[in-house]
This record gives sequence, structure tokens and C-alpha cells, in this order.
Amino acid sequence: MVAARADRSFRTPALGLRFLLLAGISIFLLIADHRGDHLDAVRKAIGAAVYPLRVAVDAPVSVWRWIDETTTSRNDLLLELSRLEAERLITQARLQRFTALEAENARLRAMLDATSRVPDRVQVAEIMAVSSNPFRHVLVIDKGTRDGVFDGQAMIDANGVIGQIIEAGLLSSQGVLISDPDHALPVQVNRSGLRTIAVGTGEYGRLDLPFLPNNADIQEGDLLVTSGLGGTFPPGYPVGVVDSVIRIPQGPFADVSAKPAASLGQVREVMLIWPGEDELEPAAEPEEAEPAAADPIIEAAAGE
Amino acid sequence: MRDRRSRRLPVLACMVVALMLAIVPLPAWASPYRPDWVVLTLIYWSIALPRAYSVGTAWVLGILLDIAYGTLLGQHALALALVGYLTVKFHLQLRVFPLSQMTGVVLALLALYQFVLFWINGIAGIYPEAVIYWGPVVSGTLLWPVMSVILGGVRYQP
Repeated sequence: MVAARADRSFRTPALGLRFLLLAGISIFLLIADHRGDHLDAVRKAIGAAVYPLRVAVDAPVSVWRWIDETTTSRNDLLLELSRLEAERLITQARLQRFTALEAENARLRAMLDATSRVPDRVQVAEIMAVSSNPFRHVLVIDKGTRDGVFDGQAMIDANGVIGQIIEAGLLSSQGVLISDPDHALPVQVNRSGLRTIAVGTGEYGRLDLPFLPNNADIQEGDLLVTSGLGGTFPPGYPVGVVDSVIRIPQGPFADVSAKPAASLGQVREVMLIWPGEDELEPAAEPEEAEPAAADPIIEAAAGE
Repeated sequence: MRDRRSRRLPVLACMVVALMLAIVPLPAWASPYRPDWVVLTLIYWSIALPRAYSVGTAWVLGILLDIAYGTLLGQHALALALVGYLTVKFHLQLRVFPLSQMTGVVLALLALYQFVLFWINGIAGIYPEAVIYWGPVVSGTLLWPVMSVILGGVRYQP
């Protein structure tokens, strides 16, 4: 009896009304979210509620890695040690050259009366989750505003640019990868100095350069670096290597794509950059067309 | 009354597990075929206990999914609320369906869910590959018989 009465109550318009009300709220939220950043505070508040879930999901992986690390055999450790030692020697030798070059560069810049380049501060952050939604290439890192992370901060790995922070939470932050279909990044061809935009495609291994005319000075194998225009990414970090240039004679633009320098699908740690003070002001000097090769990082990447 | 209260905890646990499965990292090849765990869980419980879990629960779960996935706020909420509404509206018919027929209904509901997501993405100007839409529908439908057995175990636990 009770069940029958309860069931009848679903026939009343109450259910339909509730649905219409919630649908209305959803559509309102959708429009507000799509049109601007009005809902950032709401996102952050609910994001804090999702944080324990992420920790719980991440826990088995961290435990496994901990076990893996603690049970590595002595022999493996020794091998690893000697490998690292060798690597350190090589890097140190390279570094010596760079210190000399850096000093020379500073001197030349001083002579040219240009502002000297402030070295960027870098901090390593661990990735807690990579977006499970293929519509968006988003990852979550374990650093938040408490560590000084801010919206729009650039993320790199050892090989190149990974993406930028879109939502700095208190303890964790969300970042968007450069391969996200919604992401565009101002780049410069290291060889020719040509400036253009690299747009994400939704594939980890490919970036599009859609705005290059057919006669643009670009060829396969060209290194793309951040141009620093737009103010989000500091200039001179490697972005990718051009892997296909198809010139379409009857069309206005060539079909150019590049392979990201960072392995976007496999990153485990990212480095967050705090650019030097002179680069903090977004678009302060829109025409700062610096010679990109001034940065040692590019030389290292180009020399390989 | 006491019975319903004591049932609440296992159901909530199911939903939390579904949310966790929804965000657990998968290898790149498997990721388009990730089943819509939250939708399947919601369908089951809103047929079983439609008074306690209907559009409101669906909407809240959807908002949590939106936050976790970083999609437009309200996208998954709208789609899930629609699925919840239809399931509760027809729960009396669905209860007497045999498993084969119910699996067909689940296929339709999952397709509808993905269509709403597709539609909102289209309006927002996001056009991903098609496999992202039909992959979860296929895997979710194949999983439904297993899911209903497991959740039935939770429901009728001694």
C-alpha cells in the first residue's frame, strides 16, 4: 500500500517541475560560464570538495611508486648513481660554457643598453591527475595558491612548454596543455624569427600552425620557441619541432603542423615558472622582438 | 523509515566510487571508451529508490563531474538531470523489464546523455572526434548487466 501511494506521487508534475527548474539553472550556468569568468569562485569552492576524491584516486599510484622506490635493489641504485654521475659531469662541462656565455651576453647587453634578462624562478610540481575527458587536455598538479601559483602561469618540462595554469586552487591547480583544442600559443621560428600562433589539436603529438601563408619561411625540422608575446609565456622556451609543411597553392594558408617538444602524454612532473620581474607585466612591451637565440636553453635544444 | 536510512550509506558509497572511476587516469587508447560510470549508477538507483535519488541527486553529481572534468559548468549536470528525469518518470515500466530489454533502454539513455553533451559542445564550439561520443555508449551498454548484478548485491545485502 505504502509503496503504491509513494509511486503515484511521481506522476504529479512535481518531478517535471523540478527537472525544468534544474535544467533552467544548468542553462543559466552554462551561459554564465561560457561568456566569461563569472563562476571562478564557485568552481574553486566545489573544486575543494573534489580534491579528496583526486587524492583517493591518486593514492594507489603513489603507494605503488613508494613501494617501487623503497624496494629498488642496491645494484640498481649503484647503476643509477653512476649514470647520474656521468650525466652530471657532462652537464657541468656544458654549464661552464654557459656561464661564460651568460657573462658575455650580459656584457654585450649592457653595451647595447638593453635590459638584462632576469633568470626565471622554477618550481617542480607533481601531476595528480590527467584529464580523463578528451574534450579538454587538462591536468591537475599538487601546487596551489599557497605555493604562489597563479592563473596563467606557464608550465614546462625538461624538454619544452607543457601548458599553462587555468585555475589556481588553494592546494591543487588545474592546467591546460598546449595540445588542448582550445589553446593557442604565440611562437616564433627559432631559425628565421618568424612569429605565428600554435594551436592545439586535441592530439598529444600534434600542434597546428594555421596562420602561415604559403610563402612563409618555414621548413620541416624548424624549432619553435615561445615568442613571449601575449605575456603569458616567458620568451625562449622550446615548444616543438615542425614536422610537416604542406603548401597549398590554391589556398591562402599553408598546412603546417609541429610535434610538441615536451612529451605531453607522458609527463609525471611539471615545472612552474615565475618569470623575471620585467616579464611579469602582461603585454607591457608588445614589440619586444628579442633575438630568441639569446637564451641558453634554446641553444641546448637546438644543438641536439 | 529506519530501513531507508540504513540504505543511504551504501548508495552514497556507490556514487563516490563511480565518481572516482570517472576520474581515474586511463591509458590514452582506453580513455575514449571509459564507461559513464556515474550515469549507470544513477540509472540503477533511481529505478531502485526513485523517491530518494532522482533529478536532484543527478544534478549534483553532474556538477561534480563538470568540476572534475573542467568542462562548462552545467553541461554534465543538465545531461544527467535529463537522464534522471526520464528514469524516474518511467521507473515502474523499467522495473518489470527483463535484463535484455533494460540493456536496450540503457543504450538509449547513454546515447541521449552523450547527445546532450555533444549538443552543448557544439554550441560552445568544441568539436572532438566522434569516437569520444559513441565509445562510452558502447562500453557502458556492455557493462550494464555486470553493473546491475553488482549493485543488486549492494541493494539486497543481508
